[in-house]
Amino acid sequence: MLALVAAEGLTKRFDAHVAVDRVDLEVGAGEVLGFLGPNGAGKSTTMKMIAGFLAPTEGRAAICGHDVTDDPIRARRNLGYLPEGAPLYGDMTAGAFLAFAAAMRGLSGRQGRTAIGLAVERTDLAEVLAQPIDTLSKGFKRRVGLAQALLHDPPVLILDEPTDGLDPNQKHEMRALIREIRPSKAIVISTHILEEVDAVCTRAAVIAGGRLLADAAPAELAALSPLHNAVSLTLGARFADAAAASLDGLDRVAGVRRAPAGPDAVSLTALSGDGAPILADVGLLVQAHGWEVEDLRTETGALDDVFRRMTQPDAEAAGHG
Amino acid sequence: MASIGTVFRREFAGYFITPVAYVFIVIFLALAAALTFYVGSFFERGRADLLSFFQWHPWLYLFFMPAISMRLWAEERKTGTIELFLTLPVSTAAAVVGKFLAAWVFAGLALALTFPIWLTVNYLGEPDNGVIAASYIGSFLLAGAYLAIGSCLSALTRNQVIAFVLTVTVCFLFNVLGAGALQPVFGDAVPAALLETLASFSLLSHFNNIVKGVIDLRDLAYYALAIGVWLAAAAITVDLKKAD
Repeated sequence: MLALVAAEGLTKRFDAHVAVDRVDLEVGAGEVLGFLGPNGAGKSTTMKMIAGFLAPTEGRAAICGHDVTDDPIRARRNLGYLPEGAPLYGDMTAGAFLAFAAAMRGLSGRQGRTAIGLAVERTDLAEVLAQPIDTLSKGFKRRVGLAQALLHDPPVLILDEPTDGLDPNQKHEMRALIREIRPSKAIVISTHILEEVDAVCTRAAVIAGGRLLADAAPAELAALSPLHNAVSLTLGARFADAAAASLDGLDRVAGVRRAPAGPDAVSLTALSGDGAPILADVGLLVQAHGWEVEDLRTETGALDDVFRRMTQPDAEAAGHG
Repeated sequence: MASIGTVFRREFAGYFITPVAYVFIVIFLALAAALTFYVGSFFERGRADLLSFFQWHPWLYLFFMPAISMRLWAEERKTGTIELFLTLPVSTAAAVVGKFLAAWVFAGLALALTFPIWLTVNYLGEPDNGVIAASYIGSFLLAGAYLAIGSCLSALTRNQVIAFVLTVTVCFLFNVLGAGALQPVFGDAVPAALLETLASFSLLSHFNNIVKGVIDLRDLAYYALAIGVWLAAAAITVDLKKAD
């Protein structure tokens, strides 16, 4: 597969501070790469470099094979970019702004009108086209920014926090839109909302302190969680001590977490020692002892758990110490 | 370069979205007239020329041109729209030129709206209209040079007030180079040849040449060069500072 977005050893230093440290990335058509990381991790800086706005200190980035530094105009023609915070010309009306962006993309006349019409339809902007952008709500502004990025139907989209500031319905629509346009494009989005990664991304890249810590499918990342394939059960408090001891006695269980789950109930979570499924073992144990179990389920491992461990290893250790 | 035209149209239309353009033009015309008639003694001089009008332009522009140019890049950087703008398929040079041309044409429009004074002097007497036409050209070129300086200094900061003050200062210095201000300061400490060379860089002396009615190729070349050099500096500054 041809990588539509490619970054090699991308590095940005500001004086002594290393904002982005040797990041390698490749994104192909049909992929949505979710950039995850705490604030200040280097997500935006990396995206600015790939978009050709910020010159890398070292390394290179290319869009559709065009180096963003050496061949910037061709690279940008293939790129739709939504910068962080979706900055827009507030004095202009949404319609005038989109007409300007279309003209800058070389789309004029009928071609321009068709492109604007399609982008407006996709982002549901028709009702606000005549309004100055400054008077629009945050959600509409974000959609104007997205419409601008979609105008020329680019093969590559880089969207820096596209759902930031949107209400839950708008977030849902934005994700539906990204899924809809995904098949033919390489899309990079940054977010710190982890559910978004599950919702739209085919890959997740975790970045912290400027370094790429992981680049894998969301499910693979979730599998790194200690909760992966753990089994949780809720049962009456009177069984809790015996059950916890028995579960801990199983070969494949690495530990048992205990938490109150109501006035007369306790939730136990048996962690899988090697990440393999242990539901069958736990089920046999429950039957053998005749515990009255209200709820029994396998955990998939939470992405946010993995995220915290990767980006804040020290805090995590302290929290469980 | 089609993108220069697109940048120009957006920028030029931008002046008229808010009342700023109208306020600017009205005050510019009022001040130009006041300086001509009250300070320049247009009537008392009893001569059918517009020297008392044009002689104030270098000083009038000192405040009006920086007011036009201050927002060119500083505002884009402050609001972050520069990130959107410069990731569109446009070269920095085309972006700088498009914006500069919008400012220059806007200044030209304000200047053109002073035409009633040309009509007035023709009604009152028989002026040398060739000299007046040359003066208008000289004034327009002077405005262009100020705006090119302003473009560059606007790219240097995200604060429009700082851009304004810097531009006024630099334009003022380029003016006084030729206003005989150097001689008393340096006296004989500096060779006269050096002072003359410095004076030849003055925006004012070239303007004064043209206002006399002589459009010399050297004066035109001077303005073309001044505008070109400052715009090149603006493009470099934009590239260096855009992401700060």
